[in-house]
Amino acid sequence: MDNIAGSKSSLRWAVHLSVAFLVVLWLIPTVGLLVSSFRTTDQISTGGWWRALMTAEHNLILRTAPPSTQTQINGKYVVTGSLAKSGTDLDIRVWGVSSRAIDDYTPGATAKLSKGGEITVSKDGHYRMEHTLPFTGKRGTRIFLSSALPPEFTLDNYHKVLFDPKNVEGMGQAFLTTMIVTIPATIIPILIAAFAAYALAWMQFPGRALLVAFIVGLLVVPLQLALIPLLKLHLNIGIGKGFIGVWLAHTAFGMPLAIYLLRNYMVGLPKDIIENARIDGATDFQIFMKLIVPLSFPALAAFSIFQFLWTWNDLLVAKVFLIDSSGQTVVMTAKLVEMLGTRGGNWEILATSAFVSIVVPLLVFFSLQKYLVRGLLAGSVK
Amino acid sequence: MYPAMQGIMAIVGAVSVCLTYYFVSNWLLDNVFLPAKGAHISRNINRANMIRPWLFLAPALLVLCVYLAYPVIETLRLSFMQRQGAEFVWVGLDNYQQMMTEDKFWEALTNNVLWLIIVPAGATAMGLIAAQLTDRIYWGNLAKSLIFMPMAISFVGASIIWKLVYDTRPIDQEQIGLLNALYLFFGGDAPQTWVTMPFWNNLFLMVVLIWIQTGFAMVILSAALRSIPEETIEAAILDGANPWVVFFKIKVPQIKGTILVVWTTITITVLKVFDIVYAMTNGQWNTQILANYMFNKLFSANDWGVGSASAMVIMLLVTPILIWNVYNARQEQL
Repeated sequence: MDNIAGSKSSLRWAVHLSVAFLVVLWLIPTVGLLVSSFRTTDQISTGGWWRALMTAEHNLILRTAPPSTQTQINGKYVVTGSLAKSGTDLDIRVWGVSSRAIDDYTPGATAKLSKGGEITVSKDGHYRMEHTLPFTGKRGTRIFLSSALPPEFTLDNYHKVLFDPKNVEGMGQAFLTTMIVTIPATIIPILIAAFAAYALAWMQFPGRALLVAFIVGLLVVPLQLALIPLLKLHLNIGIGKGFIGVWLAHTAFGMPLAIYLLRNYMVGLPKDIIENARIDGATDFQIFMKLIVPLSFPALAAFSIFQFLWTWNDLLVAKVFLIDSSGQTVVMTAKLVEMLGTRGGNWEILATSAFVSIVVPLLVFFSLQKYLVRGLLAGSVK
Repeated sequence: MYPAMQGIMAIVGAVSVCLTYYFVSNWLLDNVFLPAKGAHISRNINRANMIRPWLFLAPALLVLCVYLAYPVIETLRLSFMQRQGAEFVWVGLDNYQQMMTEDKFWEALTNNVLWLIIVPAGATAMGLIAAQLTDRIYWGNLAKSLIFMPMAISFVGASIIWKLVYDTRPIDQEQIGLLNALYLFFGGDAPQTWVTMPFWNNLFLMVVLIWIQTGFAMVILSAALRSIPEETIEAAILDGANPWVVFFKIKVPQIKGTILVVWTTITITVLKVFDIVYAMTNGQWNTQILANYMFNKLFSANDWGVGSASAMVIMLLVTPILIWNVYNARQEQL
């Protein structure tokens, strides 16, 4: 369209900018969660994810060692040590001995303590308390400080969420459960739908048009209607809640779309090839296996992607047909909702868990997008 | 690893059962019941060809009838019944009457109407804008695939993503939610708790679904825009139409049909989605919608009667689209 009269260069710039704006707007929420999943708890609570690359500051209240550890050096009572908890670093910017004035002193300066004596705190948190009289009391002196938190990214959250055996969230287990639900629930409906779609596309029989209309109608039926009767049915015939129930349910709920998509695609296959095969004596079964299935690969791929995304991301069907009180068969989406309730504030765990569940569909999406788009178009535009 | 084994066996088992069924039933038909030889050869071949489609269709039809068609009727029946112990008793319209007296139901219905207007409109409009803009630049495909991406994310995942955007911290702490940070940056006086803010919180939840559905609308509308005959646009430009006129007067009218399809598809999605509300507010703070109301009735209140009645309300809302779709499908086949 570049060569058409009337497209001005200022307008082209506006188009580029608007698209860039749209893309950023669409990406930002996800990026925020992704960045958060690589930050530590402290980092997350001290500043928004958009500051992840900047040094943040956080205010801490730390205690010196208790007076019981004091020693006598040259006639003075001395307590020394480090304010930093083991395994953490401090980079003190300012500090003080009162909660009202945490920025009284710079690192290296010496402050007078209210109870007598003085204290010197260095940049990395090492301190030395001195007094001519013994320090008394049970607990150490409180030091108020503001420490710099350099940018830091960590894989610890992922390690904790996926592999930590003590981790009560059990996201690793849920990941496995989701896989077990998803893979059969993707493969089984394709097989059944492909035969049906072939019959509806290429075999002549009375009532065919009516059946197609029936399937188009079922495409729209809300899942909600199926819940109670099917749960009742499953309980009555003894399937109860479990994998078999959820596979059956997913197979059925994906079926209308599968048949519709595959039939639309198969109808468009070249008539000559199929007629020729018939004339050469091929049976319908042979035509289906040797001609239709290979030729319909794009449509089969498109539907598998839909069904995979849908079953992987599903919450409702799993909650109704799979998850029982044993808690052994919780899928990731259900786990995430549970966590939203119990650990709503622990963003490092929430963000990481969410990403563990999102990453597989995203990989599928980006690697197989071509088929997905083709399938969407076959399904809705004629 | 026991469930994993079960999973593998399910795949192998189901696939082999299905293939065996299709193969064996087909073989039996051709060789045992109606063999294509002997005295009745032509009659047999004709009959076999009459029966074969039904062999191919049987498993699919069985699944469709048991899992989708039967439940519609059964839910309708259950909506007139009440569970007492293990028994179901006929109660007529009691469930519907009870539902009508509940404030939560009316709240859900009103909110659902809002969702049904705002989400399809928002997603279709954004999709149309995105489709039109990305079609004109060289990195359009990359942009498209990034805008399309939320489609792959689960509704629950999207809820968490947006919950971080809407996060609220007390005023004396750093805000970690983007929306509050921006609000304070542009002069807001105190951080807002977006998800509990009456009325507006509904919009904040709808944004999540619009964010997900825009990509879908964009992909389909972009294909439709490309199929518009080039001559109509060139003629308009030669006549001196500016880009706005070309877009609204030439392009949009030509893809009206596709816009309608996109709109109705998103409408159906809106009626089915319960995950977003369930994960973000569970219907508190006046954000209830029908799908979540039904789920609560079913599993929290354990009231199957009213649950079924509310499911029928959802079905009722879908029915016009169902009829329209079936009508269109019939038209195409004729």
